[in-house]
Parts: sequence; structure tokens; C-alpha cells
Amino acid sequence: MSWRPWNGAGLLGRERTVRKEEERRRGIFTRRAALLGAVQLGAFGFLGSRLYRLQVEEGARYATLAEENRVSARLFAPPRGRVLDRNGKVVAGNRLNWRALLVAEQSADHAATLETFSKIVPLGDHEKVRIEREIRRNRRFVPVVLREFLTWEEMARIEVNAPDLPGISVDMGTTRIYPESEHLAHVVGYVAAPAESDVGDDPLLQLPGIRVGRAGVERHHDRILRGRAGAVEVEVNAVGRVIRELDRREGIPGQDVQISVDSELQKAIRGKIQEGTTAVLLDARNGEVLAMATKPSFDPNIFNSGVSAAQWRQWTAARSTPLINKATNGLYAPGSTFKMIVALAALEAKVCRPGDVVSCPGHLDFGDTRFHCHNRNGHGGVNMRTAIMASCDVYFYEMARRVGMDRIAAMGNRFGMGVDLEIELPGTRRGLMPTRGWRLNQGKSWSIGDTIVHGIGQGFYQLTPLSLAVMTARLATGRAVQPHLTRSIGGRPVRGSRPEDWPSLGIPDADMRLIREAMWGVVNGGGTAGAARLPAQYGQMAGKTGTTQVRRVTREQRERGFNVNSVPREWRPHALFVAYAPHDNPLYALSVVVEHGTSGSGAAAPIARDIMVETFQRLGPQRPGQRVAEAGR
Amino acid sequence: MIFERRLLTRDRGAGILEKFWQIPWSFVILLCVVAAIGYVALLSAGSGNPDTYAQKHAIRFGFGLVMMLGLAMIDIRLIARFAWVGYLGAVALLVLVLIHGNVGKGAQRWIDIGPIQLQPSELMKIMLVLALAAWFHRASWEKVGNPLFLIPPALAVLLPVGLILKQPNLGTALITCMVGAAVFWSAGMRWWKFALVFGAGAVAAPIAYERLHDYQRARITTFLDPESDPLGAGYNIIQSKIALGSGGLWGKGFLQGTQGHLNFLPEKQTDFIFTMIAEEFGLVGALTTLVMLLLVVAFCYLVAFRSKHQFGRLLAVGLGTNFFLYVFVNVAMVTGSIPVGGVPLPLISHGGSAMITVMLGFGLLLSAYVHRDAEMGPMRE
Repeated sequence: MSWRPWNGAGLLGRERTVRKEEERRRGIFTRRAALLGAVQLGAFGFLGSRLYRLQVEEGARYATLAEENRVSARLFAPPRGRVLDRNGKVVAGNRLNWRALLVAEQSADHAATLETFSKIVPLGDHEKVRIEREIRRNRRFVPVVLREFLTWEEMARIEVNAPDLPGISVDMGTTRIYPESEHLAHVVGYVAAPAESDVGDDPLLQLPGIRVGRAGVERHHDRILRGRAGAVEVEVNAVGRVIRELDRREGIPGQDVQISVDSELQKAIRGKIQEGTTAVLLDARNGEVLAMATKPSFDPNIFNSGVSAAQWRQWTAARSTPLINKATNGLYAPGSTFKMIVALAALEAKVCRPGDVVSCPGHLDFGDTRFHCHNRNGHGGVNMRTAIMASCDVYFYEMARRVGMDRIAAMGNRFGMGVDLEIELPGTRRGLMPTRGWRLNQGKSWSIGDTIVHGIGQGFYQLTPLSLAVMTARLATGRAVQPHLTRSIGGRPVRGSRPEDWPSLGIPDADMRLIREAMWGVVNGGGTAGAARLPAQYGQMAGKTGTTQVRRVTREQRERGFNVNSVPREWRPHALFVAYAPHDNPLYALSVVVEHGTSGSGAAAPIARDIMVETFQRLGPQRPGQRVAEAGR
Repeated sequence: MIFERRLLTRDRGAGILEKFWQIPWSFVILLCVVAAIGYVALLSAGSGNPDTYAQKHAIRFGFGLVMMLGLAMIDIRLIARFAWVGYLGAVALLVLVLIHGNVGKGAQRWIDIGPIQLQPSELMKIMLVLALAAWFHRASWEKVGNPLFLIPPALAVLLPVGLILKQPNLGTALITCMVGAAVFWSAGMRWWKFALVFGAGAVAAPIAYERLHDYQRARITTFLDPESDPLGAGYNIIQSKIALGSGGLWGKGFLQGTQGHLNFLPEKQTDFIFTMIAEEFGLVGALTTLVMLLLVVAFCYLVAFRSKHQFGRLLAVGLGTNFFLYVFVNVAMVTGSIPVGGVPLPLISHGGSAMITVMLGFGLLLSAYVHRDAEMGPMRE
């Protein structure tokens, strides 16, 4: 790297050569450096064009993306609407729920904090496992629920020890409460955490701790009760921490739903019935459900905090099916309570006149089959009125034979049986009103013998106690009233509370009068349900008994002298009674089904009488639907 | 921009004061403007608090400025004489970092020297330029045409490149190669030899890819399709593009950049500082910054064309290319044009190593400018 002075000889010539070489080298350098510089200038140009493209041409798109990055909409749940009974009493409400929360990042050592906390509020091992899991799974600034439903005392202890519990705070939420507990469980239903399939349509359902109606009115009116989510737009940073609030939209609180059930009456009725008994009480004029009582039932409050596996097994395994609303999902043959329908079908088809007398020797022989009457000795000569009063089977065997199954079924449908009643109770069974076509579709045949059996309400019928009550209400009023539970939503009455809201069934008045007279006679005229007569001050009740076999009585048993008390309880017949009162101005329609109650007149009718008395005492002889009718229009 | 001045530093006899007046102050002011842009950007990166990054940046720049001016006073011939010493020193540091270096992102990259962390690879590029310039400065066109003459400088490039690859740091190794190539090119290496080397490289690349570390491969695949893995390796590029794009023409305003301040932007004070500028000051701010940096490169070429000796020319072109590559790779990286490479934006990014080495390079450049007419001795056959 060192250089020496050049030796004398040839210095000048050499210097010239060197200078020429130097000039050449410099020229080459200049060209090459210029090329390199041009390339680099071009690269800068590329960067500039790239920036122009990103910032100007695609700027709007990226601005949107930046906003999406930055702004996060958080939903918060509005308070769920309440369910009120017809007197405005809360039957599904919201209770404050004090919860202890832990924010992991605010606690230096959350394990130690948890340890301290569990000394104040004991935590079970499985709770600790859950808490640890949630802390691990969530980001460290997300609060984790340690314990819900804190008592006042626990809260006080947490507050006192707050300095030792860094990161733990007490926060207020709400939880659903059902003050009537099991009494209204089947009607009001319950709420629970949404299932995977529920989420999707409403963003509200993704909120932690949200509950949706899973049965009954809670489910049917879920959207109304739920309201609409409020939203708060917040600015979040890259890890999702909220930096500040940008915008806030209050949600729409859920609306209160008033139902037509009288919770006090419901409770009183449930006090009068035993396990396996179902009673449905309707306002006969407009179809409002005044009571829908079935036993056993369940406590819907349990669903709110989660049902334990053991509890669930106990409920589902029980033969008495406490989770099932037997008023809407229990299926029974109507037995003799169905005879009015057969009679009306016969009258409409003009296959007999009301006065026509049928002789009852105690049985009807058709082909080589003998159809027995419940009265072995026979009723002698009966007309339509006396046949209903005495519940003569032979008369109705004969009527059914004359009119045919399809016309009976059509009449049953008109009276609300075997059709969708559209009541606000999800899962309500439509039941089955058998027809010849239905049977043929099954690949079986339908004989006249089948029709004869179906004339007394036995056979393939599968009807709910609710539909029997609807039948009774329609018999009492002649109008196609639909059963319903909703009286008002958010204070606004719903349609259907006036009798005029319901169309006439179109049955001739004379026919209806005849049937009503006969039903009056069942209770008051020496019929099968004399024991169900009301005390005089409540007026008179009209009704019809029914007894439906759950097992066929064999010839052998019949010959030995069949005694229902000698067979196991679950083989005994169901006892049914349908009734309306008062007879001269029907207000209430009632159906009672006593499972394995043996006899409609013995088991069901007295309960029906007691329920009617209770109803008159509580709702009075005045019109029960008055309030809405006056308030509305 | 650079104004003409009477030449006086023909030999070492020129006084310090005279040399001081030879310093192109407009260039120094240009550097101060670029550093000021960096100060503002780092002020924003620190959410308006100068103590976070900006203050340190200013102090470092001040230190670098003094060092640069000091170097400018040193005779270019002295620098040329000790070029290979500097080169070997830098190689020694590279070896040292492999043995004792601090590991960052899975690679051994820096060593602590007192208060600053030094990345020897940064220093290496300067020293390589110096050494190559020294090698070629007396070589005639014919001599450069001799393949045997090219072997020692080629080895001088490959040795540090090998060491840097060992760290491993693919990006810096490639940049080092390109810096070396710029000097070779300017020195007059025949173009067909370049074509040969590039051809060989193209053939070797797939084989080399097989030997790359997973994270390096991820970088390349992510580059090819950044949307493929938005929360993985591609996340940085996507967020950077969103930040850039959302800045628009005029930007969101100082301290108003949402992407940067809400931490969507990764490493906003170092590698992605340009994104920060572009988000808050828009295309106007970004292009202004880019033009300033372009002027710095342009000055390097000016020095090259003014220099009377080949050493100064090659040094200036090499240093200019080095600075250009910093800027280009960084900006191309944040705009999603090339794979993310962990290259800072010189004079603007937070970080001592790049600042010091860049200022060191400018010190050498200024020395070449101040001594542009120095007699470096004739060339050899």
C-alpha cells in the first residue's frame, strides 16, 4: 500500500501512459457508477410508486382495515323482560347476582390470591380447576368469575379483606328467578345457556353469561323478553385491551310479558291434585289459560345455574316425568268425554234425531264381536240426552256405526282435538285424531268394529288434557276459541281476549243446546257425576265423565267379575272429567285427567268440582277476562 | 446543493482549520434534517415522550456527528493505508460475536461494547468497502480483467459473508454481497463475469434454500403470500401495509396513528419506523423522507464523481450503495415488496449500532471529499 517516487528513466512516457490509463479507468468508472446510480434512482422510484399505490390508490381499503383493527364493538345484554301473571305478579323476574371476579394481571401472584380468597369464601377443588383453566385460556386482563350468587355476608368479607385480595372485585349481574318455583314451571318454562345451535342469528347470544328461554313462555317469547343488545364501540389495541370508549348505544330492554295464568289459583289447584293428575282451566269465552297444573313438576331455578348430571338423570329417569308438561304433552284417550263429539257428528250427519231411542241391553253384538256397555245390565231405552247423562256405551256404539269414523274425527278436529292449537308452549303435541285414512296409511285395515270402539272415545285417540279443555270451552260457547297464554306484551294487550274475536263453530244452536242440557244433566240431573255438583251460590256446572282403559279387560277377567282395585295401579284406567260453569253463562272450561284414577266420576269429578269452587272464590262470578276487555278497546 | 470550493488539500500539509472549511456543510445539514425526521418519528413511537426513544436518538446522532467530523479531518491516505487493518478488525469482531455474542431472535448478532451494542456485521460492510477500495484503487482496467487479481477481493467478500450467514442472518449477508458487488462493478470487473456469478447464484439458490433455517424459509414463503398466515409471520407485513395505506395522502397526524399507537404495528421504533412516518404524515411525509434519504445517496455519488483518485471513488460508491441498500431494503420490506429482513432505516430507526456505523461511513466519505484531490499514487500494471 505504500508508494515510492518514480525512477527517472522513461518517467515522462510512463507518466503519459499512466495518465491515459487513468483517464480510461475514470471513464469506465463514471459510466458504471452512473449506471449503478440510475438503478438506485429507479429503485427509489419503485418505492415511491409503491407508496403511491398503497397510500393513495388503495388508501381507502386500508383505512377501513385500520378501523376494523382498531374499533371493536362490544355488546352488553339488556335486562331480560319479566313474565307477569294475570294479576301483575312477577312469575319470572331478575335478581341481582353478586359475583366475585379476578383480573389476573392485577394480581402479582394469582395463585396466592386465590388461596387467600378460598380462605374467605371456600372454593371446591373443581371450582379451582375451572378458575385456573379460565385464567390460562383468557388474556390476563379478562376478568374470570370466581364465584356467583355471593351472599351478603360473603361480599362483606371480601370487601373487608380487599387489601389482601389484589385483582379481585365484586361485580353485579342479574340472574333469572322464578318465585313460583315448581308451580308454574311448565307454563313459564326456564332459561339456560344457549346451545351451540342457537348462537349465530343474534350476536347477543355470544355474550358470556347470557341465558335464553328453553321452554314454555320463556322460549316462545324469547325474542321479546330478550330485547336487543346494547353496543359499545371501543378502541382496542393489538392485544385486545380496551383503550377508550368511542360510542355507546343503549340496548332495548326486553319487554314484560303478561300471561293469563293466575299464579295463586294455579298454586291452589296444584295443592288439590296428586301426582299424575293434570288440570287445565280455560276462560271459556276467549280461551285464556287460567291454570295449567300438573304434578309432579320441577324447580326451574335450577336450570339457571346449570343442572347437575345427577339431577338431570333423576328427572329424566323418573316414571312420573316431572320435566314433561302433561297438559300439553301427555296423551290420553278421551273416553266418554268424547261422546258429545260423536253425538254432534251424528246430529250433523242427520243419522239420528235427538229423540231417537236406542235400546241398551248391556252390550252390542256386531258380527261375531260383543261390545260391552259399562253397565252390565244395560240402560234400557236411551235417547241422546239420557245416553250422555248415563254415559251409555251402546248408544254411542250405534251412533258411531251410523256416522262413521271420518265424520267423527272431522267433528273432533273442529273442537280442537288432534289439531295444532298454536298455544305459546313450544313442543305442544298436536295429538292424534284417528281416521280411516290414517290407519290405511299405516298399512292396516279399518273395520266397522274399530269405528264402534272409537264411538266411546277408546282406541287410537291420543289427546292432550289441553285439547279436552278446548273442546269443553267450544262446547260451552259454540265459538272456535283457541287456548292462549299471552295477555299483553310490554303493557299492550294482544288480540283474542274478547269472545267476538273468535268465530262461531257453525253448529246449529239447537244441537249445542241439547248437548249442553245433557252435560248439565250429567252433574245436576242424576247423571254420572252427581258428586260434582257445585254449592248453590256458585251456580251450576255442566260436565262429562270419562274412564279410559289402559289395558284391555279380558273376557276371563270380565267373567270372574272384574275388580279394578285388585290390579296394579299402573293397569287401572285413567279417570277424566271435563266441565264448564256456570251452565247458564259459561265462564270457565276445565279438563281434569287423573292417571290411573280408576273412575271419572269417582276420582276426576270431585277434583273438578273443587277446582271450580276455588276458581269462583278467587276469580269470582264476574267475568274473569274483564280487565283486558275494558282496558283494550 | 454542494457548493464549489477552492481546492487546497493537495497534500497532508493542509491545516485542520482549512480542512474543516472543506467539509460540505450542506450535507451535514441534510443529515441533521434526516435525523430530525427520525427524532419526530421516535417521539411519536414513544407516544410523545422524548425519554422513551427520541432523546437517546438525538444523543447518539450528536455523538455520531462529532465522530464523523473527526474522521473527515483524517487524511484519506492514512485511511487507505489502514483499510485492511480495519477489515481484519471487523472480521475478528464477527468471529467474536459468534463465540460470545448476544442472541437475538435466534441469531447471534451483537456484542456489548460499553454502553452501546455493536452489530459487527454493520461495521463489516463499511470495512469491506474500505478494503475493496484499497485493493482496487491502483488496479488498471487490464489488471481488473485478470481473474487471478479478483480472487483475493472475492475471498475478502466471502469470508465475512460466511461468518454472517453463520449467525445466521441471511438478509445482512445478501446485502454485504451486494455492497461488495457494487465495488467490483465500479472497479471495472467485466460484465460477463458478473453474469456468470449471478447465473451460478441462481442455480445455487434452490440448494441453499434447503439449508436455510425454518424462520428464514418462513420469511420467504410469507413474502410470496403474506395473507396465507395472517397471525403468523405474515402478520407484520399485513399490519404494516394497513398502517401505510390508512395514512393516505396527508396522514393521520402526529401521534394520531392508530396502527402504531395501538401496537398493531410491530417494532415500530426500529424496523417499522418508516411505516409510522407514513401512517402519521401520509404519502407526503413518506416521500419527503424518501427524497431526503435519496439526497444522501446522491451526495455519495457526487463525492465519487468529484474524487481525483480511484480509492475515493470506489469508497464513495460502496458507501452510497450501502446506505441505499439500507433504505431500499427497509422501505421495500415495510411496503411488503421484499421479505422482512430486520434491516433498520439508517439515521431514523432507534438503535445505536446502525447509527454509529452509518456515521462512521459518512466520516470516511467526508474524508474522501475533503481529500478528493489528494495524491494517492499512480496505478500499477
